[in-house]
Amino acid sequence: MNTPSPAVPSIFEALRVQGRVIYALMMREVITRYGRHNIGFLWLFVEPMLFTLAVTLLWGGLKLNHVSALPITAFAVTGYSSILLWRNMPGRLIGSVQPNLSLMYHRQVKVIDVFVSRLLIEFMGATISFIALTIIFATFDWMSLPEDLLKVIEGWLMLTWFGCALAILLGALAEDYEIIEKLWHPLAYIIMPLSGAGFIVDTLPKEGQDAILWLPMINGVEYIREGFFGSVIVSHYDMAYMAEANLVLTVLGLAKMLKISREVTPE
Amino acid sequence: MIRLHDICKSYHTSQGQHEVLKNVNVTVERGQKVGILGRNGAGKSTMIRLLSGAERPTSGSIERTMSVSWPLAFGGAFQTTLTGYDNLRFICRIYGIDPTDKVEYVQEFSELGSYLREPMRIYSSGMRARLAFALSMLIEFDCFLIDEVVSVGDARFHEKCQRELFDKRADRALIIVSHDMGYVREHCSKLCVLSQGHLSSFDDADEAYEFYHRAIHLQ
Repeated sequence: MNTPSPAVPSIFEALRVQGRVIYALMMREVITRYGRHNIGFLWLFVEPMLFTLAVTLLWGGLKLNHVSALPITAFAVTGYSSILLWRNMPGRLIGSVQPNLSLMYHRQVKVIDVFVSRLLIEFMGATISFIALTIIFATFDWMSLPEDLLKVIEGWLMLTWFGCALAILLGALAEDYEIIEKLWHPLAYIIMPLSGAGFIVDTLPKEGQDAILWLPMINGVEYIREGFFGSVIVSHYDMAYMAEANLVLTVLGLAKMLKISREVTPE
Repeated sequence: MIRLHDICKSYHTSQGQHEVLKNVNVTVERGQKVGILGRNGAGKSTMIRLLSGAERPTSGSIERTMSVSWPLAFGGAFQTTLTGYDNLRFICRIYGIDPTDKVEYVQEFSELGSYLREPMRIYSSGMRARLAFALSMLIEFDCFLIDEVVSVGDARFHEKCQRELFDKRADRALIIVSHDMGYVREHCSKLCVLSQGHLSSFDDADEAYEFYHRAIHLQ
């Protein structure tokens, strides 16, 4: 019959169980969030696509073209897709432990599984949306495909890392300090226009450039844009700095997360 | 076997640290039926969470060489916007079993029929409880945890549960946590009493009853 996993599993068995739990949580979350009505789980990437599309049309309509030589569509798609990554991930993890507490009566379900499953959903949504929009717009000749695909992927993964690390840190902190949830929304709002989504660093004066590059995500956005249209623009970034910042966030986030998972009390 | 060794558990409260369990030692062997008695607030639910592994002790160690269930018929983990079937699939997924051949059993045992495919928010509390019990029977654990008397549904369903748990799974270990002496006495061979953070074990039911009775009236 069904033998449950042995009480003291090997590392491979443990990983297999964790994979199983994360998959189960993802399916549960996707069905809960999007339901089975109309297009169902397709909302996962249609929702971010609509957002990006709306912003693209808005920026196009406002004739923001004058800020750079870039075609507005490509500019908006790369910019807004990046925002989706680092802004939605923390939003999904803040306050995600409480509603899932009772699941932790199943011993194999841990805080990290709840976090990872939600991060994967956000990553998939934003990534599919980014790729789909690029292909669709390229088909209609509204934007061109990236000049250096590898660079775009690297930049995207760096932004993903940043988003995940920030999300885990804020999600874990929010368990102990309610104020995190209150502060994150206005903070995200303020950082959004500074994140490099709506401008390129090269248009700023020198001092402004140095200051703004302290924000880790802007390095990633610039890198992605260089991958897209490196021959047209001058990008400014320091990927080593971004990696360091990501690493610090990751270590802090994981430490805090381990602490709350030790203390978590299912209802 | 499950062995709790020198377990202490305390919680932060606004009044400072509150120690719920103090140096608790207990061993549950394979197939053994253990009852843990305690008044309201004696730390019974904390015991359940530590035994199931949902929570970690403040100090001490827990050794587990058999698989332990989640608290039997526990329905708190249901996502009520989802259907009973979705929740069934979730349980199957996290325990790594195939849901396809379980659907019929759950549908029949929980007496939900076609309601299994409806969102759980339209279920009555009886329907939810019946589904919760049926799901608890899906995984063949070595040891089942029971938090309070299992009284699910009407008399007929109750009988069905008794049969499924105490007859068909008579070879499994059971840990029943309750304040009801009669229920615990009926099903358990070893009795423990939880009082003021300490756990005392008894092999003789009368002795345990005597002790529990005194503990209730002491405070």
